[in-house]
Amino acid sequence: MQLTSPIREPLVGRQIHDENRPTTYHDITNDICRQVEAPPNMRWMAAMAISLIVLAWGSYTLYRTWFFGIGEWGLNKTVGWAWDITNFVWWVGIGHAGTLISAILLLFRQKWRTSINRAAEAMTIFAVLCAGSFILMHMGRPWLAYWALPLPNTYGSLWVNFNSPLVWDVFAISTYLTVSLVFWYIGLIPDLATIRERAKNPIARFIYGLLSFGWDGSAKTWARYEMVALVLAGLSTPLVLSVHTIVSFDFATSIIPGWHTTIFPPYFVAGAIFSGFAMVLTLMLITRYVFKLEPYITVGHVESMNKIILLTGSIVGVAYLTEFFMAWYSGVQYERYAFVNRAFGPYWWAYWTMMTCNVISPQFFWFKAMRRNLYVTFALSIVVNIGMWFERFVIIVTSLHRDYLPSSWVMFYPTYVDVGDYLFSFGFFFTLFFLFAKFLPVINMAEVKAVLKSSNPDSANSYSEEVEAVVESDTSVKKEIE
Amino acid sequence: MANTEKNKYLVGIFDDEDVLIPAVKKIRARGVNIYEVYTPYPVHDLDVYLGYKRSRLSKAAFLFGITGTFLAILMQTYMLGFAWPMIIGGKDYVTYPNFVPVTFELTVLLAALGMVATFLISNNLGPGKQAVMFDPRSTDDKFVMAIDLSANSKFSQEEIEKILTEYGVSEKPKEKEL
Repeated sequence: MQLTSPIREPLVGRQIHDENRPTTYHDITNDICRQVEAPPNMRWMAAMAISLIVLAWGSYTLYRTWFFGIGEWGLNKTVGWAWDITNFVWWVGIGHAGTLISAILLLFRQKWRTSINRAAEAMTIFAVLCAGSFILMHMGRPWLAYWALPLPNTYGSLWVNFNSPLVWDVFAISTYLTVSLVFWYIGLIPDLATIRERAKNPIARFIYGLLSFGWDGSAKTWARYEMVALVLAGLSTPLVLSVHTIVSFDFATSIIPGWHTTIFPPYFVAGAIFSGFAMVLTLMLITRYVFKLEPYITVGHVESMNKIILLTGSIVGVAYLTEFFMAWYSGVQYERYAFVNRAFGPYWWAYWTMMTCNVISPQFFWFKAMRRNLYVTFALSIVVNIGMWFERFVIIVTSLHRDYLPSSWVMFYPTYVDVGDYLFSFGFFFTLFFLFAKFLPVINMAEVKAVLKSSNPDSANSYSEEVEAVVESDTSVKKEIE
Repeated sequence: MANTEKNKYLVGIFDDEDVLIPAVKKIRARGVNIYEVYTPYPVHDLDVYLGYKRSRLSKAAFLFGITGTFLAILMQTYMLGFAWPMIIGGKDYVTYPNFVPVTFELTVLLAALGMVATFLISNNLGPGKQAVMFDPRSTDDKFVMAIDLSANSKFSQEEIEKILTEYGVSEKPKEKEL
């Protein structure tokens, strides 16, 4: 008996909207540039309008937060950190997928990343901005945010405390944002040049000309570009792992039972990749449908992402169980109580929502039919992100709400301002994402063109007989020269 | 461009990278000097066939990174150890293990920004720069080879045109002055 491995699926599908013929380089340019060049359609306008309404409502609650202080939130003496930091960690986690796709998958030579990396990186940048907005919100006096930076000041030379994980966070998140932004923009330059050369409207040509930095696509520039992409990927790989590690230090370096755990860094990183991929899937499935990108975001891409969701979801599941084991094994009564309370206390529903969404739901992806079903994938991608929000809520609130003194045991109830601030981040995120999807190419055209031929044996840009003759004459020409 | 003198170029258009690469090899082997090749995507090893040296950008990145490492260590040591020494958590003033995260982040930040700045400057890229395009389709689906006639005095224009046609250009080579 013999097992034959299946032939790898092509990374670029056929032109299903146009006679189902093979995709050519020119099709890639046309299909991706289409939505940039066409006037915005009704679906886009409606989506944008909804985002702006949510953003407007969120801006009102943000105004309440900043002008009346964080007393507007449901915080109390016992629970001093709740929705704000939950949202912060959740958004930072979502912001991990983009750089993971563009950096780690580049180092592992996973060519399927080429058609999703652009949108995933954009999503990363917007998610990190949303996360940053919660840092500003929970400061109470956001106009003094620069105090977190080591700047010379009027109090003699009193500097920030470099022993504090909160200061590490400032450096980690701002570095991550900057490097992701640079990585994303460098990748955009060749595609912006393509749009510039196609633009008919002089204003568009001027703007895209300005943005494309005078890119000409010469072999020398490309060689250097590839070197930059490789080194940036090498730099971003430890960076992306460091960011959520440092975020987890915010909790792990404290002595609160339930937070004081050495497993936090890997556990948070796995959770971040898990939720990030889920968000990428949610957004890409919508984008694929709205912009008719089926040839580029194929079912094979979705399946690959679902495999990563299955892997990281299972790592997160193991981490949940390990936490329980360690709480029991430590023999510390406070630690044990924190975990019993987490699963069976007043927040049991949050805990079991988390367990169901994060540990049980991804197990469906063991089945190939589920991994390749777009409806199941879309539903589960949303379920996973609900679960990951609850994970952060469970870690933060259940560890705080019952401390060492039973007389100060309380529950946390969010106010409408808490909810509104969360909605603000959604409005902000989707507004930025829709603007990106309209005005910039959502798929990296140059990189997809680069994998078109090697991954698609039936591509339209294949050998003709004349070309084969030229290639065959290679040796004879060499002899001639000699 | 800095020089105002115009050069005459012969522009050959190729449809496929598998025609382009053998053509580049053979045209160079014939002794024709290729000015530059413009492609819509990074063609694997094209720079090698054109005889370009490996980019030194990775070395630049390393130097920027190491600068970041030292600056970060110096900054933290100075601020916590000398400018305003303060006991935090009963620990020493200068606690190097606690400086690791910020040192790492600044290393990555300086390496990335420094390398990207070097990349932009060395390729003369930046906002407001004008691209020299021999054919606008080189950002879409064509591979464009430019041959500077003044750098190939050994050959007549007709000879170069003939060579280009022989190695599979998809259209008649055209002249362009820049």
